[in-house]
Amino acid sequence: MGSLTPQIIGQSIEQVGLTILAVVVIALGLQLLFYAILSKGMSTRHSLPYTLLVPAIIGLSLLVVFPILYNFFLAFTDMSLRRFGFERGMTMGIAQGLNNFRNVFTAPVLQQQHFFPVFGRTILWTAMQVTVHVSCGMGLAILLNRPMKMRGVYRAIILIPWAIPQIVAVLTWRTEFNAQWGFVNIMLQGIGLEAIPWMTSRFWNFMAFNIVNFWLGIPFMTVILLGGLQSINDTYYESAEIDGASKWQRFTNVTIPMIKPVLTPAVILGVIWTFNNFNIPYFINQRGLETSDILVTALFRAAFEFNRYGFAAALAIVIFAILLGFTVAYMKITGFNPTLKAMNAPVPAGSRRKK
Amino acid sequence: MSEVSLLKQHQMGVVAQIRRYGLYRWFFKRARGDSPFKRMLIHLVLIAACIIAAYPVLRILIISVRPGDQLFTTSLRLWPENATWDAYRRVIFNRDFVLWIWNSLLITTATCFVGVTIASTSAYAFSRWDFPGKVSGLIFLLATQMIPGAMLMVPIYILAANLGLINTWRGLVVAYSVQAVPFSIWILKGYYDTIPFELEQAAMIDGCSRLGSFYRIILPLSVPALAIAFLFNFMQAWNDFLLARIMLQRSHMYTWPLGLQRLQDQFQTLWSEFAAASLMISIPAMVLFLASSRYLIGGLTVGSVKQ
Repeated sequence: MGSLTPQIIGQSIEQVGLTILAVVVIALGLQLLFYAILSKGMSTRHSLPYTLLVPAIIGLSLLVVFPILYNFFLAFTDMSLRRFGFERGMTMGIAQGLNNFRNVFTAPVLQQQHFFPVFGRTILWTAMQVTVHVSCGMGLAILLNRPMKMRGVYRAIILIPWAIPQIVAVLTWRTEFNAQWGFVNIMLQGIGLEAIPWMTSRFWNFMAFNIVNFWLGIPFMTVILLGGLQSINDTYYESAEIDGASKWQRFTNVTIPMIKPVLTPAVILGVIWTFNNFNIPYFINQRGLETSDILVTALFRAAFEFNRYGFAAALAIVIFAILLGFTVAYMKITGFNPTLKAMNAPVPAGSRRKK
Repeated sequence: MSEVSLLKQHQMGVVAQIRRYGLYRWFFKRARGDSPFKRMLIHLVLIAACIIAAYPVLRILIISVRPGDQLFTTSLRLWPENATWDAYRRVIFNRDFVLWIWNSLLITTATCFVGVTIASTSAYAFSRWDFPGKVSGLIFLLATQMIPGAMLMVPIYILAANLGLINTWRGLVVAYSVQAVPFSIWILKGYYDTIPFELEQAAMIDGCSRLGSFYRIILPLSVPALAIAFLFNFMQAWNDFLLARIMLQRSHMYTWPLGLQRLQDQFQTLWSEFAAASLMISIPAMVLFLASSRYLIGGLTVGSVKQ
């Protein structure tokens, strides 16, 4: 079986097992410690929830909070592979920081492309993807929501792109966009068109990873919207129909408002996930075309191919600021606030009735 | 249309209907329900969507059974001549494929248990208590979903390098355990919120402790949500490429995404092996997903639809 020997099995179980054991022991120990400290200072009403949260807080601090803070530190250094740490000549200061941030906007992000073309491409990519995902997903969900024969079969097959592991899908598409042997070009030639250089042409490479992401993203949106559609009670449609609403009116006045609680978070998450999508632009772009980079892939390559850690940290902060701005603006405009419910939720001492 | 004629139409056979309305009217506009034409159109659209969705996956199967001398052909035949399962044998016995799957499976399963445990207890705190910092905590969890993974990679890499965690699984295990926690907490909190507090009160009157009621009441009732959280944790770790790529450099420690990428890089010579490996990885994952898709869909929307 390749090189999977009993010895390796033993070693790997040992390594993972010990790690898990250490994590559990440390977490429980810290929880007991915190509980002992907290229950002295305050009532159980507060000390217990905080104790329950201790592992999550520590874990997220390590994996999220610390890296973000460290990013701010890095952005003010000129760390690179040669200057990996202070002892190897890395310098830090306001001047380096300003320099890094100025470079983000004025110097090429990788070798040729500047920040704004990459940013524009990211916006185009996100807008195109989310629009198509939502509209096609909605169409398919409506069709799948009708009572008909073979519905379960259709639904299962349409969900395949969502169910297949993303890396497999992306690597397969990368192969299938091969100019000579991939089925895309064979089919195009079969219907009498020219073969398209998917991996070398700037425009077609961009289109190639857009096609892949349509294929991957529409099923997911269909799933979400179908779930929303199924939760709409038929009586709403019936009463609308009795009132003489046309099909389109029923769609705009019943379906859309009723599906909004599902649609709004799906759109927000869709935008964020597409904006941050790494696998698809990175893998479909086999030749490392800079014109196919979106912000996150440019960030990754600046850090791990060009090893400009300080610059990459500054770029990361700029990207984060853009996303934050988008989310805040979206919440202000639509009045959607996911935490509103959490804030208004009654305290457990009261009743918690289902509607 | 009156009730009687509706009933009548429903009871009439197809032939009788055509006779009554004429072929054209019957086919294109039926008074009630969808005309056969419309139904046919809907089926055609759905069949087209199915073909687009399934064909690339079918292609993986076709290529994986191609014999060596037909590997590079422009034929689109649905089943190659002299189809052979040889590529599967080679992938399993001559390549490190089984090792990579084993590595992934071990890391992923272990981290799922840790991740779901952390998330389920934290979500209980968020669901049942009002404590200072609760709202900001929930907002923070949501905000973590916005952060691009690539943004965290540089600091995590430097941290791991300084702690000597490069080329070990320790760092990877800890990181994966935490990765899906924010999303799991949101799912589980939404689900816990729908469980009436009276149930727990009843248990506590009968002498159950607070944590006892969590363990005996909330957890058993939340199995669907826990399953979703487990699946999300599994998916995140199982499919992760980025973190594994920067943490693991030795090929015997690779998880399958790294290994598969390596096979794909050599696809000019190993195409059928790459396809066979892809298919063997995908089939269990797809079965798992499609089987649990009902749960998954319910779980994704449960927090937002039900109040």
